[in-house]
Amino acid sequence: MTLDKIWVFGEAGADGVATITLEMLAKAREVAGTVEVFLGSDGEASAAELGDHGAARVYSTGDLGGRMQGVSVASAAADAISSGGVAAPDAFLLGTTYDGRDVAARLSVKLDAGVLSNVVDLHLDGDRLVGVEPVFGGTVNVTSRFTGGGPDIWLVRPKSFEPAAVGGPSAEVVDLPVPELGAAGGAVVLDRFTEESEGPKLDEAAIVVSGGRGLGSAEAYSMIEQLAKELGAAPGASRAIVDAGWVPYSYQVGQTGKVVKPTVYIACGISGATQHLVGMKGSKNIIAINKDSEAPIFAVADLGIVGDVHKVVPKLTEALEGR
Amino acid sequence: MKVVVCVKQIPDPADPGALDPDTRTLRRDVKLILDESDSYGVEMALQLVDTAGEGSVHLVSMVPDDEVSGLRTALAMGADSATLVSDEALAGSDALGTARVLAAAIERSEPDLVLAATESSDGYTGVVPAQVAELLGLPSVTFAKEISIDGGTATVRRQTEAGADRVECPLPAVVSVTAGVVEPRYPSFRGIMQAKNKPVDNLKVTDLGIAAEQVGWAGAGQEITDIAEAPERAAGEIVEDEGDAHERIVAFLDELKVI
Repeated sequence: MTLDKIWVFGEAGADGVATITLEMLAKAREVAGTVEVFLGSDGEASAAELGDHGAARVYSTGDLGGRMQGVSVASAAADAISSGGVAAPDAFLLGTTYDGRDVAARLSVKLDAGVLSNVVDLHLDGDRLVGVEPVFGGTVNVTSRFTGGGPDIWLVRPKSFEPAAVGGPSAEVVDLPVPELGAAGGAVVLDRFTEESEGPKLDEAAIVVSGGRGLGSAEAYSMIEQLAKELGAAPGASRAIVDAGWVPYSYQVGQTGKVVKPTVYIACGISGATQHLVGMKGSKNIIAINKDSEAPIFAVADLGIVGDVHKVVPKLTEALEGR
Repeated sequence: MKVVVCVKQIPDPADPGALDPDTRTLRRDVKLILDESDSYGVEMALQLVDTAGEGSVHLVSMVPDDEVSGLRTALAMGADSATLVSDEALAGSDALGTARVLAAAIERSEPDLVLAATESSDGYTGVVPAQVAELLGLPSVTFAKEISIDGGTATVRRQTEAGADRVECPLPAVVSVTAGVVEPRYPSFRGIMQAKNKPVDNLKVTDLGIAAEQVGWAGAGQEITDIAEAPERAAGEIVEDEGDAHERIVAFLDELKVI
């Protein structure tokens, strides 16, 4: 038994279609007969790659200019469905991303349908999807399903599924017009800024080096950056030091930040609050450095160093220099 | 300028309790505190009103019992007043049910600006602010790092995957604020004393024109079918640093062939 149709919200990445979109396409293909993408950009640009990953059609609003993705794409999709122009899908899959959450939220109100957030797995139970959400730092998995009329709206955590190209033909591009938005459409993007960062992206890096409160000060974060640079790793952070304003939100690993699954995760001065663990415990290997031997981070570490980050990290960086 | 801030009272994350096996939800029979994520929205609101030179900050919150201690914390920071929708019928509400109640409560205040955290620390669905905006027919900008107000327009620096967008938005609008962007003030002793006498308007959902079955369990349209322990990671090697622990790390990285 499979679903008839799933719509996946498409987003652009730095280089083509965003990985989260391809991840969701792989899962959607497993559970639905027809998989289609809807997106707030020019569909022609991504039709070949989306088709290669199994999308039959791409419903495209065209370039939105400065209009916001959330209200524009949700209004366009809801209009197409409620006008009867397009048959409603059984389920929508959207990434737990900045724009994915906005689209899901607006869509849920327009379609009077619930949203289930933060799912890391989806499977069929009879003729409906059930989703798995980790709680309490990933120590407990909660499985939920919708009981209302649908369509079901799922927000999927990045890194939950593996993208898989299937060599399909280019997706058919279908126009998804954005209706008059009224006051709700009033926000407009004036400028876009790209944060220049050296080295790999946090959620794509093979090695991640993160710092936490144990660093003691914002200035001490530079030792995390130096170690990361030496390892070709991405620097990350716990929520505590993001909240303290030491590093930007984009560095945050955890429940309210990014989910990372690198080959090696090095946690420096991070105690391991559940908030943090849920974002990194899927890493293949975990090294933790913390002076408190009782810190919860040691329960998930493959190698735990009970010691002072201010001593261990600089020595480690020095030992790696020239290798 | 009238700013409404959505705030949530949650179980202390340091002692979050457990899932109730009967109702399959988080047990909330523990002391509730102000979600730290919301302290940034409260601080941002206080600063914006201060910069504008006039205005007020009003809190909107909902809870299935009569807890107010988290609200008092935000009032002690400097917020002027609060609406608390306190109703047993709210237990089990999903994001959309929550947004319906908040939107109805916010509408009564006719605010120029609605602020919220990007997501709560406990439920973390991350969709409520934009749902509130959609229900009120307002524009929204989520994941704000900076907000400035000039007359009837907000200019917001919004976090994006690539960096940030500068977004212009006519008021009234809903803006969600990321943590860490302002430094929440500590309530002063005077603030704490004053908070005890600030007006808190207690409402039931029916006062908002919402039927009890539209919220809580009845309105949620979703159910938990299973709760299971996640597989644990095997315990690793723990080494006390004697001045040479970095060598053990280098050896470990060598074994993994990542250096």
